[in-house]
Amino acid sequence: MHELIFNPKLCESCKTLDCIMKCQYIEMELDEARREQAKIRRGEESRILKDCVTCYACEEYCPSRNHPFYLIVERQEQLGIHPVPKPIEKSQVIMMGPRGKIKQKELKAPVIDMCFFDIMKGGIRGNLFEGATTIGGSDIFCNLMFLHFARNSTIRERLPLIMNNIMKYFLEPSGVKELICYHDECYGTYTSWAPAFGIDVPFRPIHLFDYIYHKLIDMKPDIKSLNVKAAYQRPCSNRLCPETDHFVDDIFKLIGVKRPKRTYEYQNALCCGGVFEAAQRFDLVEEIQRKNVEDMKSTGAQYGVFNCPFCFWTLAEPVAKAGMIPVMMSDLCIMALGQ
Amino acid sequence: MLDQEIIGNLKTILGSDYVSDAAEELFIYSRDQGVQDPHMPDCVVMPGSTLEVQEIIRLAVQKKIPVVPMGGGLVLSGLTVPLKGGIVLDMKRMNRIIEISEKSHYAVVEAGTSQGMLDAYLRKHHPGLKHSLPDAPPSATIAGNIAIHGSGHLSQSEGGFHSEMVTGLEVVLPTGELARFGSCSTVSSWFSRAPLPDLVGLFLGWNGTTGVITKVGIKLYPRPKIHDVIVFMTEDIDLAPEIITRVINTEVAEDINYALAPKPDYLNGFQMTVINVTANSEAEMKMKKQIIRDALHDFYETKEAGFMPVPPNMKAGFLEAPQKALSKFADVRKGGGFEYVGAIMPIEKIPEACRAGMEITARNRITYSLGARIIGRGHCAMFFFAYPFNRADREEVERVKNALEDTNETALKLGGIPWKTEVQGQQLILKQMEPETYKVMKKIRDVLDPAGIMNPGNWEVG
Repeated sequence: MHELIFNPKLCESCKTLDCIMKCQYIEMELDEARREQAKIRRGEESRILKDCVTCYACEEYCPSRNHPFYLIVERQEQLGIHPVPKPIEKSQVIMMGPRGKIKQKELKAPVIDMCFFDIMKGGIRGNLFEGATTIGGSDIFCNLMFLHFARNSTIRERLPLIMNNIMKYFLEPSGVKELICYHDECYGTYTSWAPAFGIDVPFRPIHLFDYIYHKLIDMKPDIKSLNVKAAYQRPCSNRLCPETDHFVDDIFKLIGVKRPKRTYEYQNALCCGGVFEAAQRFDLVEEIQRKNVEDMKSTGAQYGVFNCPFCFWTLAEPVAKAGMIPVMMSDLCIMALGQ
Repeated sequence: MLDQEIIGNLKTILGSDYVSDAAEELFIYSRDQGVQDPHMPDCVVMPGSTLEVQEIIRLAVQKKIPVVPMGGGLVLSGLTVPLKGGIVLDMKRMNRIIEISEKSHYAVVEAGTSQGMLDAYLRKHHPGLKHSLPDAPPSATIAGNIAIHGSGHLSQSEGGFHSEMVTGLEVVLPTGELARFGSCSTVSSWFSRAPLPDLVGLFLGWNGTTGVITKVGIKLYPRPKIHDVIVFMTEDIDLAPEIITRVINTEVAEDINYALAPKPDYLNGFQMTVINVTANSEAEMKMKKQIIRDALHDFYETKEAGFMPVPPNMKAGFLEAPQKALSKFADVRKGGGFEYVGAIMPIEKIPEACRAGMEITARNRITYSLGARIIGRGHCAMFFFAYPFNRADREEVERVKNALEDTNETALKLGGIPWKTEVQGQQLILKQMEPETYKVMKKIRDVLDPAGIMNPGNWEVG
């Protein structure tokens, strides 16, 4: 079985313990952090394992990319720590599981993997996505969400089948080698989680923003500058692929969107709160959402921009109630193209 | 079959458009959507006024013709199927909304007024008010639902069964006289049944055997601006009464429903307590949700149960009234067959009822949805054992019939009472009922309906 590739020596010699010291949800002095981290490495119970809100951010904070969050999830699962109530966890495992209803389909590039969110494929439209085909649903769902449920095992078990499905039913028969990941979660799976567990990915994943940015470059003459201010809600799974975060600024620049500085963005971004709700951390849901939305609003942003559908569903209403327009990044770009 | 002279008399009363003995129309009125055997009426009429109802009843008394009053015809257990033939009195033309009292919070409607009509009318003309909507199709009538002791949204928090929300009735008696009950019998307003001797109960739960309701006064309630829903999920059936009681005791849940079903598969084995909350401000909503969460804190802290995150599309479904999900479930076997035993029972019996329901359905090889609507701040629950079936599959229809009989018996054994039950279920109830109670029922019926014309076959010892 695929084991996490983790180098304990890197943590033992780490001077800063950014993975814990930068955490926005757990407060600790450096000495305590060192003790707790050592416990985790040894496979012992630690306060961190219980208090972790599963925001994925420590994956980004770690300067050595040593996968501190994946280790937390491993240990939670080994020690029977359930971040989310067991009935909800079990139900989700069944709900999101592959149904075996996949059918071969011949596709034309670009192929966009909608993840589980086929419901969002209405957003794949206009010249920006001209000629694109979409795939989605449970049989090709990356299952990375189970990091929030302390279930690396579920991802481990399902991912080979999922990738096989993508290849066998879609990419191979169509001669397509690249897969554009609509959701950061899929891109993070293929570029971070899979390599961390020594699993080979048989296609080339491309982040949606990478695709959109390059497409917009090609369509530059058609872009009508939007001249609006926007705040961006960075999804947790972008912590697994921080190298793609620059595309938000790059795209905004191309379509004439100003991104006034705010407190909770880039590395300091806050979780949308949806995961806290599943974890029954209702105190955090309210506090974090309030801080986040007030921060967006304080910049004078007219739009709250999202890429993750789950963040959108969780925060769209508070964002709208605060007087901003919640919008998916792809829709904002389509607007800039006058469509 | 009625002779043409009687049909002619009816046409004289109603006009020929509203009287029919055409075979195709009699066929429709001979059955409902459930599994009970059809019985052909001799004639179907649609009165347009109380006066016409009186004249029809007088004619029926004179000619000794059975009369079966009918509202939406959605009861599923054959209560509007004319067991002994005669006239089906379809009340749908009498659908006027006569009065809305904003200050005294009641509506007066004619008996054929549908739930959907009153809801739409209130939303348009009195947006601050609502009535208790059942989870039946919108064509179900107000009068029909109060007459069968129905329940619905607001039954948990505001008044219990719809029959308990009645402020007054106008009834054409089985001898043709017109009588009013409640404050409307003495003064012009329909505000209350008190302080008079309460005779309204003579017409509620009697399956149309004591008269024809022609007007209803029904309570209205404030319609708060914000609606939300929270869902608590467990695996342990035995926790249900405690969870439900704790939520009831918060006094902030407008409705509480409990459900378990084998489909979709991700809910198989899990129970959901669906809690509807309303408020007039965000702050009030926040406070109410917090109170409910606090009440269940020790359950979710152990991680053995918890509040389910509800995405917007699912939330929209939970907030619908009536619930469209029920209509979808009704056709889950395709072929559009659906019937259920709704048993009124104590809340502590819910776990036993769940287990019994699963055993019955396994034994009869049918699928199910089980659940309960909490009534009147926890005084009881309407526990439903719902069985969809393919109407075209006769063998499956028979299995559902067996399951329904089995369920009626089980509900009684559990200490519950089958609700709006078909004739066989009524007879099971009567067998268990104290003899003196039944004697009183019979005496009342004999006094009110000496000719024995009103929905014969119902509430009779077989």
